[in-house]
Amino acid sequence: MASIDGALLDFKRLDRLANGDTALHRLDPRAKVLATLFFIVSVVSFGRYELSALIPFFVFPAVLVGLGDLPAGYLARKIALLCPFALAVGMFNPVFDRTVQLHLGPLAVSGGWISCASIVVRAALTVAAALVLVALTGFPAICRAMERLGMPNAFAVQLIFLYRYIFVLTEEGGRASRARDLRSCGNKGQGLGSYGPLLGTLLLRTWMRAERVHMAMLARGFTGSFQTRQQFRFGAAELLYLFGWSALFLALRLHNATQILGSLVTGIFS
Amino acid sequence: MHMADALLSPAVGGGMWAVSAGTIAYCSAKVRRELDDRKVPLMGVLGAFLFAAQMINFSIPGTGSSGHLGGGLLLAILLGPSAAFLTIASVLVVQALFFADGGLLALGCNIFNMGFFPAFVLFPLFYRRWIGPDPSRARLTAVTMISALIGLQLGPFAVVLETLASGISSLPFTTFLLLMQPIHLAIGVVEGLVTVAVVSFVREARPEILLSALEARPIGNRPVRHVLLAFLLLAVITGGVVSAFASKNPDGLEWAIARVTGSAQLAGPQRGLHRTLALLQEKTAILPDYNFRKPVEKGGAALPEKGRADQNLLPATGIAGIVGTLITLLLVFLSGFFLKKRSVRKVYGLN
Repeated sequence: MASIDGALLDFKRLDRLANGDTALHRLDPRAKVLATLFFIVSVVSFGRYELSALIPFFVFPAVLVGLGDLPAGYLARKIALLCPFALAVGMFNPVFDRTVQLHLGPLAVSGGWISCASIVVRAALTVAAALVLVALTGFPAICRAMERLGMPNAFAVQLIFLYRYIFVLTEEGGRASRARDLRSCGNKGQGLGSYGPLLGTLLLRTWMRAERVHMAMLARGFTGSFQTRQQFRFGAAELLYLFGWSALFLALRLHNATQILGSLVTGIFS
Repeated sequence: MHMADALLSPAVGGGMWAVSAGTIAYCSAKVRRELDDRKVPLMGVLGAFLFAAQMINFSIPGTGSSGHLGGGLLLAILLGPSAAFLTIASVLVVQALFFADGGLLALGCNIFNMGFFPAFVLFPLFYRRWIGPDPSRARLTAVTMISALIGLQLGPFAVVLETLASGISSLPFTTFLLLMQPIHLAIGVVEGLVTVAVVSFVREARPEILLSALEARPIGNRPVRHVLLAFLLLAVITGGVVSAFASKNPDGLEWAIARVTGSAQLAGPQRGLHRTLALLQEKTAILPDYNFRKPVEKGGAALPEKGRADQNLLPATGIAGIVGTLITLLLVFLSGFFLKKRSVRKVYGLN
C-alpha cells in the first residue's frame, strides 16, 4: 500500500457503496451472505483443470453490479490489483505440470497453463463476489446477518467495535506515519529505532482510548451486546434471490454452459 | 501469508472453517464468562490498532525493503489467548471483506494459521512458560524472538499442508516447503524485532498492562491446554482425512457429481457435456474443418474406438471452449451493462 491515506480513502469508498438504495441493497443480508457463500463453494469445487466452465459464473457479479448500480470500473480495478498475487502462486503450475492437455491446432497447451489460468479466474470470481457482497450489504449488516445465522454474540460485538474504530485509528496511524516521514530524510529515521516507539505510542493511546470508551459505555448502560432496532424479514424476495442463484450455480456446476454454447455455435457455422 | 480461495478445495476450506468457527465459539464463551467488560472495547480498539499498525512500514537497513508488524503474538501478549484469537479473527474478517486479502472460503484457514498459532500455541506453550515473573531485558527479547520465529514457521507450514490437501496448485511438497519456510524465517526475525520493540516500549511506559495480561488467569492454564490438544487432534484428523480424500479424487462434491453425471474427473473440457447435446458435440468433433490433427486421425485407425474418439474430441472441444468462453464473457458483460443502463434510466425516470 503506497499511502495509508490512499488506502483509507479506498476503504471508505467501498464502505459507502453500501448506502445505496436499490432492490438488492434492501434485501435481507442473510440471503446475500448465503448466496455468496454458495457461489464461492460452487466456484472452488471445480477440478484444477477446469477453465471454460468457470466463465459463466461471472454472470453473478456482473448482474449484481448492474442491478445494484455499483461502479464497475472501480470494482474491476480492485479485482485486477489482486490478480498478480494469484498469478504469482499459479505461475508454478506450468513449471511442474507439463502434461499436454489440449491441442489448439499446432499449439499444445500443458495442464499447468490451464490450471494456472484456472487459479487466476477463480481468484477473480471469489474476490469479485466478496467485494460485491460488501458493496451491496455493508459490514455491520453482514455482521448482524452472521449473528442471526449462529455466529457467537461476543464475536459479533468485536467485529462491530473493530469496524467502528478502524477509521479512527487508521487516520491516527496515518497522521503518525506522515509525521515520521516529514521528520526523516530519505530512509534515515524510518528504521526500527523509530518504528517501535511509534507503534508503542499508538498502542498506548489506543489503550487509553479503550478505557475512555469503556467508561462512556458503562455510563450509557452497556450490558455486553449492542441493542439495534433493525427489522429482519426473510420474505419472498429473499427466497427468490437465494434459491434463484443457488439453482443457477448448481446448473452451471453440473453442466458446462460455455462448452454447450461453443459447440452450438461452431455447429451452426460448420 | 493470506491464503486465497483460488487455491483451496471446498473440503479443506470447509473443514478449516469448522475448526475456526469452533475455536471462535469457544473463545467467545470464554470471554463472555470472564465478565470483564473492560475487555470488550479494548479488544475492538486493539483490533483497529493492529489494522492501522499493519499499514505503517519501517525500512529494513541494507535490503531496501520494508517490513511491518504482523501482530498476532503482540495481541496474545497483551490480551491473553481467547481475546487475542477473537481480535485477530475479526481483523482477518475485515481484511477478507474489504481488501480481499484471502477469500471468504479461505477465512477459516487464515484465521487458523494466523490466529490459532499465536494465541493457543505460542503464548501458552512458549511465551508464558519461559518469560517468568519479572523477565530481564535480554530474556524478554530472547523469548519474544523465539516465539515469533516458531509462530512464523508453524503458520506457513499449515499453509503448505492446506494448499497440498486442496490439490489446486501443482507445487510439489518439498519445493513449496523450501520456498515458504526460509522466507518466513526472515519474516519471523522482522516480526520478532518489531514485537520486542513494541513490548519493551510498553513495558517502560506502562508496565501494568503487560503484567495484567500475563497474570490474568493462572487458572486458565489447564483448560487451554486440553482444548489445544483436542483441536490439534481435530486438525490432524481433518487434515489426514481431507488429504487422503483429496489425493484420490479432488473433493467430496467432485466425487458426488462424478457419480451423478457418470463422467470422469479429469476429462476437463469434456465433462460438462449435456446428455442431450452429446450427439451434436460428436458431430462437431469429427468435422474436418475443426479438426486440426488430421494425421492422428489417419493413423488413428488402429487405435481402440474410445481412444480415437478422445483424440478427435480434444481439438474440437478446445475450439468450442474458447468460442464459448468468448461468447459467455460477451453475454456476461452485456447483461451487466444492460441491467446497469436500465437501472440508471429507472432512477432518472423516477426523479
